Amino acid sequence: MALEINDLCVNCWACEPLCPNKAIYSAAPHFEIDPDKCTECAGDFADAQCAAICPIEGAIVDELGDALNPPGSLTGIPLQLLAEAAGSAAGTAAKTS
Amino acid sequence: MELPVISNTAESGGGGCSSHSCGSTADQLNQIPDEILQKVFNHPCYSEDAHHHFARMHVAVAPACNIQCHYCNRKYDCANESRPGVVSELLTPDQAAKKTLVVASEIPQMSVLGIAGPGDPLANPERTFATFQMLSEHAPDIKLCVSTNGLMLPQSVDEIAKHNIDHVTITINCVDPDVGAKIYPWIFWNNKRIKGREGAAILIEQQQKGLEACIAKGILVKVNSVMIPGVNDEHLKEVSRVVKSKGAFLHNVMPLIAEAEHGTFYGLTGQRGPTQDELQALQDACAGDMNMMRHCRQCRADAVGLLGEDRGAEFTLDKIAEYELDLEGAAARRAEVRDRIAAELEEKRNAKAAAPAPKLVALDMSGLATKEALRPVKMAVATSGGGLINQHFGHAKEFLIYEASEKGVRFLGHRKTDLYCTGGDTCGDADTTLQQTVKALEGCEVVLCSKIGYEPWGMLEEAGIAPNGEHAMEGIEDAVMAVYAEMASAGKLVETAEVPAQSAA
Repeated sequence: MALEINDLCVNCWACEPLCPNKAIYSAAPHFEIDPDKCTECAGDFADAQCAAICPIEGAIVDELGDALNPPGSLTGIPLQLLAEAAGSAAGTAAKTS
Repeated sequence: MELPVISNTAESGGGGCSSHSCGSTADQLNQIPDEILQKVFNHPCYSEDAHHHFARMHVAVAPACNIQCHYCNRKYDCANESRPGVVSELLTPDQAAKKTLVVASEIPQMSVLGIAGPGDPLANPERTFATFQMLSEHAPDIKLCVSTNGLMLPQSVDEIAKHNIDHVTITINCVDPDVGAKIYPWIFWNNKRIKGREGAAILIEQQQKGLEACIAKGILVKVNSVMIPGVNDEHLKEVSRVVKSKGAFLHNVMPLIAEAEHGTFYGLTGQRGPTQDELQALQDACAGDMNMMRHCRQCRADAVGLLGEDRGAEFTLDKIAEYELDLEGAAARRAEVRDRIAAELEEKRNAKAAAPAPKLVALDMSGLATKEALRPVKMAVATSGGGLINQHFGHAKEFLIYEASEKGVRFLGHRKTDLYCTGGDTCGDADTTLQQTVKALEGCEVVLCSKIGYEPWGMLEEAGIAPNGEHAMEGIEDAVMAVYAEMASAGKLVETAEVPAQSAA
């Protein structure tokens, strides 16, 4: 039972000091969780602390790969707008590359 | 007629400084007691005089945040941008302290170091206070300041009081949780993420407690607010009243910056920022209750140098690491520069106090055919300092905005021309710099500069703004009044457009 940080992480350090098991460490290109230490905060806190402060939707996932903070859950941005924004960002990237 | 240069603030009853000691056009400090003025006189963010002479820098040591604001996107980091919360290079406390000492050696005008983000400094207390600790030790003459959302302020006040921290800035966008629920989607509090109104209520309570605790400890508090039309614009008048009653010395109302390409909630949902006129009207409405700050340039979280310039790129991590510090020599150079500037500013103030009142008095209304009131006119000025019109239009990264009226000249604030991304490899279509500049001058009828090129001349005229290079190297206030008098005598200022019988002297 362990959580995982994926490449959406922006390395903001918010989660690192909160982990009761000191399982989170700074690494390149982004922070990592040591699966042997992570308990998902069971017994320490009601909510997994890293996921409770992480500002980036989708950056922390469980063993099944499901996001603890799915798209729209933190910013309140409607999914349709998020999709449009992602589409136009991709378009811009394609245009300039 | 009395002094034609109108202060931005109402007269204070007692405790305020005497009329000439600090009342320049630009000074928002008119109501502030002398002992506070002494503390902030060489702070470039607070005085139009000081900002041309003293430099400041921000270091990005505090990446973590404990709240989410709808105008912020934690993923965003674009080097083309120049706005709060945007920063490229995260520093360790050691790097940040060394960088500050290097900059303070290379730029002896350095007087202030701020920590403002890119997250919240008090959500990163160890990193923030370690940086402050090293600087208090190695450069005690550098003033320290910290800017926070306030959530952890009550718990941090004792620690803040231990350091050489001059003042604290709290961003307070509301005092009503219902308004807060529209600005803050969540906060992190007592090991939980708390969403909506409940989270906003806790944040507001902490901000107010923190403000009170700072005042009780004798720490100066400035309040920043982001003006969000339709969300908190009216409400900010209440915020201004509340924070003043609790002892904040300055209120800085800033415009929301929201564009879809920033990926923020406000950007993507089409929340607009205020127009220049709306911002100014709100600042005016708040001014009766509060010292208003009109100099804010909304700097990047890693800005370095004099306000309006950014020399951050000169101080790379490699250069900082190699640099050999001479702490005593640098401190001596700073002391020398500081004394010289203080003497110059004092001399300027004395000269101003001794000078005869500018020529508005000479604006002879008797020549006009009607007794109708003349409407006020906003003018933009390109200046590189010294109170003169001495900058080429094309070189101006910002303009000072003045309002001329029958009562005199009043400084309204700044408008930056490079607030938004102007394109580049990673960004989509963007206005040209010139288009943005013209947009930034919305509401102004005249632009005064030392020189101006052919292309911008045409674009300005098309936008209904008259370019004017005839007052190069003249004092700003005199020139603004001279142009106003010309407009009056040309009959441009009477709403009914009646032609004056003869030109005014």
